[in-house]
Amino acid sequence: MKYRTFFATLLVVALAFTGCAKAEKAAPVPAKPAFKVGLVTDLGGIDDKSFNQGTWEGIVRFGEENGLVKGTDTKYLQSAAEADYVPNLSTFADEKLNLIVAPGFLFEKAMGEVADKYPTQNLLVIDTVVTKPNVVSAVFAEHEGSFLVGVAAGLKAKADGKNVVGFIGGMQFPLIERFQAGFEQGVKAVYPEAKVLVDYAGDFGAPDKGQALAQKQFNAGAYIIFHAAGGTGNGMIKEAKERSEKGDVRWAIGVDKDQYTDGIYGTKSAVLTSMMKRVDVAAYEVAKMTMAGQFPGGQTLVFSLKNAGVGIPNENPNLSADIAATVKEYADKIASGALTVSEVPAK
Amino acid sequence: MTMGKKKKNGSGRLDAVLVPLIAVLLGFLVGSIFLLFTGKSPLLMFNAMLQGVTGINIAMRSFNPRYIGELVIQAMPIILTGLCFGFAARTGIFNIGAEGQMMVGSLAATAVALTVKAPAFIHVPMILAAGMMAGALWGAVPGFLKARFNVHEVVVTIMLNYVALHFNNWTILNVFGSVDRVKTAQFPQSALLKSPWLESLTNGSRLNWGFVPVLIAIVAYWFILEKTTFGFGLRAVGYNKDGAKYAGMKVNRNIVVSMMIAGAFAGLAGAIITTGTFSFGRALSAAEGYGFDGLAVALVGACQASGILLAGLLFGMLKAAGPLMQSNGIPKEIGGIIMASIVLFVAMKYGIERIVTIVKLRRTKGLALPTETEEAGV
Repeated sequence: MKYRTFFATLLVVALAFTGCAKAEKAAPVPAKPAFKVGLVTDLGGIDDKSFNQGTWEGIVRFGEENGLVKGTDTKYLQSAAEADYVPNLSTFADEKLNLIVAPGFLFEKAMGEVADKYPTQNLLVIDTVVTKPNVVSAVFAEHEGSFLVGVAAGLKAKADGKNVVGFIGGMQFPLIERFQAGFEQGVKAVYPEAKVLVDYAGDFGAPDKGQALAQKQFNAGAYIIFHAAGGTGNGMIKEAKERSEKGDVRWAIGVDKDQYTDGIYGTKSAVLTSMMKRVDVAAYEVAKMTMAGQFPGGQTLVFSLKNAGVGIPNENPNLSADIAATVKEYADKIASGALTVSEVPAK
Repeated sequence: MTMGKKKKNGSGRLDAVLVPLIAVLLGFLVGSIFLLFTGKSPLLMFNAMLQGVTGINIAMRSFNPRYIGELVIQAMPIILTGLCFGFAARTGIFNIGAEGQMMVGSLAATAVALTVKAPAFIHVPMILAAGMMAGALWGAVPGFLKARFNVHEVVVTIMLNYVALHFNNWTILNVFGSVDRVKTAQFPQSALLKSPWLESLTNGSRLNWGFVPVLIAIVAYWFILEKTTFGFGLRAVGYNKDGAKYAGMKVNRNIVVSMMIAGAFAGLAGAIITTGTFSFGRALSAAEGYGFDGLAVALVGACQASGILLAGLLFGMLKAAGPLMQSNGIPKEIGGIIMASIVLFVAMKYGIERIVTIVKLRRTKGLALPTETEEAGV
């Protein structure tokens, strides 16, 4: 009796599997060998309005220019936990994509591990340096771009008769401190009397914390806040927007990409300008080099003001012509090397 | 059809298996329906899952055992946090502090890994023991507060999760001097559960010796609860606190001890993740969700050792198949929807049991006395 049950189950299972197999055989269309680029996001997700999204946009732009199909030739994997980084990268490596991109210094260890396991796989890590022959590292001169938004914030505060500005960081480590350092120097360069408030949220994905810190700084008199806090910073922009809507005008400065649209209320935007870190440029450029057969493995590429890897957006509706011109002057000075910006905040 | 055949084994036992099984199937059904809305074929999803479990890709006709290794890696921590929740639940305590107990476990493991110098066969057991002890200590706090002052454990364990998170981060950054402010230095080789042999066996997955203590933990869970007088006492408190007290059992002591054992399971999970999956201590930006996954695993596994093992493997499979599903254009949220639906359907246990009974009744039509059959089924 028992055996009969067993065989019956076995038969059902076998039938189910063959059913699957038949359907699957028909499904995949034999694709011509194409160029494939994959992105693995960190915990922020693909729509973080910042880093992951920016990188993805660069990959999509590259894909569109080269006739790649979104979803099969260019695709992404989102990570739910830090423990997902290695399996996500490995899954793409198993699929033998031509280039795998991972934005964020949190990928440092995972990238190193995967680079060793798949020595022929081309990898690009953004925002940190991984010294392996098959990894390209793209880093940014964040302090330079932050200096420019510091100048903009200082001039704007001065023009409107305010003397406090603020900075909100995600987690406090050297990379994020570069934003703080550049911003502080920029403010001081044009408005030495101004006070810069500094807070760290300890989190890149908590808009509620960002909003709470923004309330704190705005209540302490801050007129403009610059954030380097990923998703956490969206809470700050929300707070600036809500206050401005009620007539208490405050400004936010976006980060990583042009966040102007995130600050829109009515016909205006609470986002003064943004410190753009062109992760899209990095992803785009490296993908282009890889496709041309010139994958710069083992190298560290620096994206700075000089090669337009950082900077403020071309369109800044909230900046007066004077301020924009002064910012441009400083940008030229830094790009030419006439002015150097320190990477560490003054203690 | 199968239902009719299985019925011969006796219906009480059967329902314990059948109800979760139906819940799982319904969960997959809901997930498939959502997937159809996104315009993707559920077959893609099932192919990805099959690959997640067996490493075999039917569509590409390839075999990659790495996925089997990753399945185990994903399942290990949630099985342990499942045991953690389940153990306390059997004693009538709603312990949602597995996440925090796990974090202090991983912190203790980090401390021992970095400060003690010993050969691997001493170092590794020391690390695991440290993780378990820290977790037990963290679990003892809400246990004590509940036993002594009748403070509700849900509130205390939630709060302690946050305390654990920030305590972990502060200690990692300030005591172990992290350079980049997110992780400690690399652990010495003697501290790691990693095994090149297991890795090469599974084509470079992160499979490590952590599965051995997990298996021991599952057996221990079963043995303590089902086979010892002590475990009987714990379960008695869970069934009826006042009754247990009246019978002369040390209810308060049992609550504290139960929370300590539960915490030890979670602490072990922390130690295994830290020295197996990773090889350095980590500052966390937020809770990673292992605690709540464990809760779901325990609920689906009906707080039974074997059930938790199977549910842990099932949820581990859904997590491990995640990258494959995403790579095929299936939103990563589908896996979450399936897990959530399964838990939901398990919660609707009585409704499903009722339906099963009615179906059985229909099948035995012709036989008289339906009310008696119904009683036997319940």
